[in-house]
Amino acid sequence: MKLSRLGSFHQSKLSFLRSFIREFKEWNYKRNLFDLDKSGYGTAVYSFEKKGRSYSLVCFAQHINPDERSDRVIATKWDAAFVLHDGTPSKLDIDRLRNNVPKQEVGRVSYKELTLSRANKSVRAFDHVVNSLSEGKQPDKELLKKVGYLYRTTAVYGSGKFGLADRFRIKDRKEIYGPFRLEMMLVYLVRQFTFDQVNHIAKSKNPNKAVMLNENIARNLGIGNSTGLGMAPFIVNHPTLLHNWIYCREKALKEIRSIKDVNQNDFDIFKDCFAKSKLTIDTWLTESQFQINKINSLRSDLGKFTIYLENDCSIKNNYMWNKIYLWVEENLGEECIEYIVSMMMEPYDKIIDPLINDMSSEEEKYFDIPAHRKVSELRKILENNYKLIIKINFKEKNSTTNFWFISKNKEEPRVANRYEEHGSELEQPLAIARDIKQLYEKVLKAKQTETIADFLLNNDEVRHVVRRAFIVEKFPYSEIQDNTIAASLVPIDMLRLKLSFFGAVKFDPRSDKWLRINMYQGAPLPHEMKLSNDTWVYNSLH
Amino acid sequence: MQSFSEIDTTSKRASKAAGFAWGVAEEIGKNMRNLEMFGLPGIKNLNLYLQKIKKTPTEKIKKIEKKNKPKLKEFCPIYCGTAFLDNCKKLETLKLIKFFNVSYPLLLLPFLSRASDIVGKKISIKYEKNNFLLNFDKTIFSNNINNVKVVSKAKEISIKFLENNNSFSLKEWKELYKLSEETFVKETDSSKKKGAGAGLTDND
Repeated sequence: MKLSRLGSFHQSKLSFLRSFIREFKEWNYKRNLFDLDKSGYGTAVYSFEKKGRSYSLVCFAQHINPDERSDRVIATKWDAAFVLHDGTPSKLDIDRLRNNVPKQEVGRVSYKELTLSRANKSVRAFDHVVNSLSEGKQPDKELLKKVGYLYRTTAVYGSGKFGLADRFRIKDRKEIYGPFRLEMMLVYLVRQFTFDQVNHIAKSKNPNKAVMLNENIARNLGIGNSTGLGMAPFIVNHPTLLHNWIYCREKALKEIRSIKDVNQNDFDIFKDCFAKSKLTIDTWLTESQFQINKINSLRSDLGKFTIYLENDCSIKNNYMWNKIYLWVEENLGEECIEYIVSMMMEPYDKIIDPLINDMSSEEEKYFDIPAHRKVSELRKILENNYKLIIKINFKEKNSTTNFWFISKNKEEPRVANRYEEHGSELEQPLAIARDIKQLYEKVLKAKQTETIADFLLNNDEVRHVVRRAFIVEKFPYSEIQDNTIAASLVPIDMLRLKLSFFGAVKFDPRSDKWLRINMYQGAPLPHEMKLSNDTWVYNSLH
Repeated sequence: MQSFSEIDTTSKRASKAAGFAWGVAEEIGKNMRNLEMFGLPGIKNLNLYLQKIKKTPTEKIKKIEKKNKPKLKEFCPIYCGTAFLDNCKKLETLKLIKFFNVSYPLLLLPFLSRASDIVGKKISIKYEKNNFLLNFDKTIFSNNINNVKVVSKAKEISIKFLENNNSFSLKEWKELYKLSEETFVKETDSSKKKGAGAGLTDND
C-alpha cells in the first residue's frame, strides 16, 4: 500500500469501464433527441433502457471562444455539459437542465439527476475530423493517434454534488451494484455524442460531399479526461471503498496463483492479450519526464519478461502463474509487476466477475467508533496496521512539507508547501500518517485499561484517526501506507490509483498535480455492445 | 434543494471553522444529514448554534452522570452528544439521565438516535414542551413535528432508555394470532405420513 506501488497500477479486467460494458451490453441503447444546429450547438438525449428502467444522458453543446476554453475545473464555460437523468426527461426537465447544467457551479440540478460532467473539444482533433469528413475524406489516423479522442471531460460528479441525487436513493438498484456504474455510463454515452456531433457538423457543412466517420476509426477514439487533485482526497475519504478495490485485486491474484494446472487456452489468452497490449504502449505519448521514465522502465522490463515467458514458462509446470508472479516480483520494477498482474487476470472471467459487485462500499456502516473498547486494543491496531507510519519522524521538515486545503474560489482540493504558502492552519484532515503518529504517541501515554470513550473525552483532535484505526482493523487495505504530506509526495500517484481502477489508459502527467488520460478507447460502439468482446481495450492502436 | 451529501459536507466544514476538531465535525456532518432526512430542522439549529458560540462559548461536558449540570455556562449539545454516543453502552444501565441548561438541544438528538441503534433500545427524550421517541436510528417520532420554533436552550432534558417491551397486551396478541391461524391448513392423516421427517426416528 505504498504510494509508488499504487501509482503503478494499470487497467485490468476488474476496471469499471470494462465491467460496465460487460454488465450493460444487454441494455437497449437509443438516441432519443438530436437537436443541434449547423455548427453542432444544441441539445441531444441518449438512453439505455431495460425492463422499464431507463437512464438518459442529456447533452448541451454551446459555442465558446478559444480564450474561454480551459480544461481546469476552475473554468466557467465548456464546449459541452452533460447530465445523466434518472428515467426519460420531459421537455420541462430538459428546459430546467438547459438553464442549469451548462452553468457549472452556479447551476443546480435535482434528485432526478444522477451524474454530471462537462467537456471541451480537443480542438486540433475535432476540427481536423470535421474538416476531413466534410471534404469526403476520413481523418488522418496519425493525428488521431496522438490525441486519441475528440473531447476531454474534467471531473464526473455524482453522489449529491450540485444537488444531484444522493447515493442512498438509488443504491439498491441491482444494475448499479458495481462501482461507478452511472459515471461510466455518462462517459460512454458522451463518447457517442462526440461522434454524432462531428458527423452532423460535417454533413451540415457540405451536405453533398460529407462522409460519416469510419466506425473503425470511431471505435479507436475514446474520451479524454483531465484529472486534478480532486481525486486524491476521495481515496483518503473512502477507506472501505479503497480496501474493497485493492482486496478484490489481491483476491483475484491469490486465486490465480493458486491454480495448479493452467490450461492451454487460458495461457493463450494471456499471451494474446500480452502481445496486443505491448503494442499499445507505443501510443502512450507524454512530455512528462516522470512518466517517460516509467514507460521506459516498463518497456525494458517487458523485454526481460518476454524472454522469460518464451524460455521458462510452460503449463507443464504446476502453479505456473505463481511461478511467474514470484519471478516478476524478484526481477522487475513496480510498473511492470502491476502490468503483468493485470494481464494474468485476462483469462479468468470466473474469478473476476463475482468480485465486481464487491468493489462498491457503504462507508456509513463503519462510521461509528466502537468506543466501549480499550486503549490497549487501539494500540495493538496501530502497531499492527501502521508499522511504517509510526516509524516516520514528523519532526523533520521534509515529513511535513505539504498541506492539503480547499481553495476558496472553486472549493477544490489543493496541495501547497506549508513553509512557503499561507493557509496551513486551515489544513484538511488528509495528513493521515502524521495524525496517526500523533494518536499513537497519545495512546502510549494513556492508561491502557481506559475505554476509547474516556480517551476521546480529552483527545478530540485525534477522533478522526481513531475512527480510521478501527476501520483499518476490519479493512486492512483501507489505508495508504505512506505520508501524504511528505516533500517526496507525488500527488498523481493517488490519482493514477483511482484512474487505473476506472480503466483509464495513456496516463499523461502534465505536472505532478494533474494528468490527462483516455477512457473507452477501443470500446465497442453502442450498436456493437451486445456482441462485444471484453478484450476491446487491447484492440486500440491509435 | 440541497442534497444530503451537501448538507453533510457543509455542516462538517462549518463546524470545523467554528472550532470543533475534524473528528467531531465529521459526527456533526452525519448528524445534520440524519436530522434533515428525518424532517427536523438541523441546519437551522446548527447555523444558529455555531453563530452563538462565536460570541458566547458553551461548556464541554467532562463526564456523563445520572444528573448533569454545567458549572458556569450552558452545555454544548455536540460534546454532550459525542460523550453520550461514546458511552451509550455504559449509560444504558442508568436508565434515566438528565441534563440541565443545554444549548440548542435538537443538536443532541441525532447522537441519541444513533445510540438507540447501538444499544438496541428505543430512547425517549423530553425538553421544554418537546417529546421525541428515537427508534434505533430508523425514525424519530415527535409530538410537535410541525412546530419549527427553535429551542435555543433547554433548562432540563430527560433521556430515558426504554426496555424492549411489547406495546400490546398478551390478550391482544392471542386474538391476532388466532386470526392468523385461519391461514393454516389442517393436515390429513395421509399427509402426516408423507410429510418431511415422517417415518424417521430421531433417536439416532
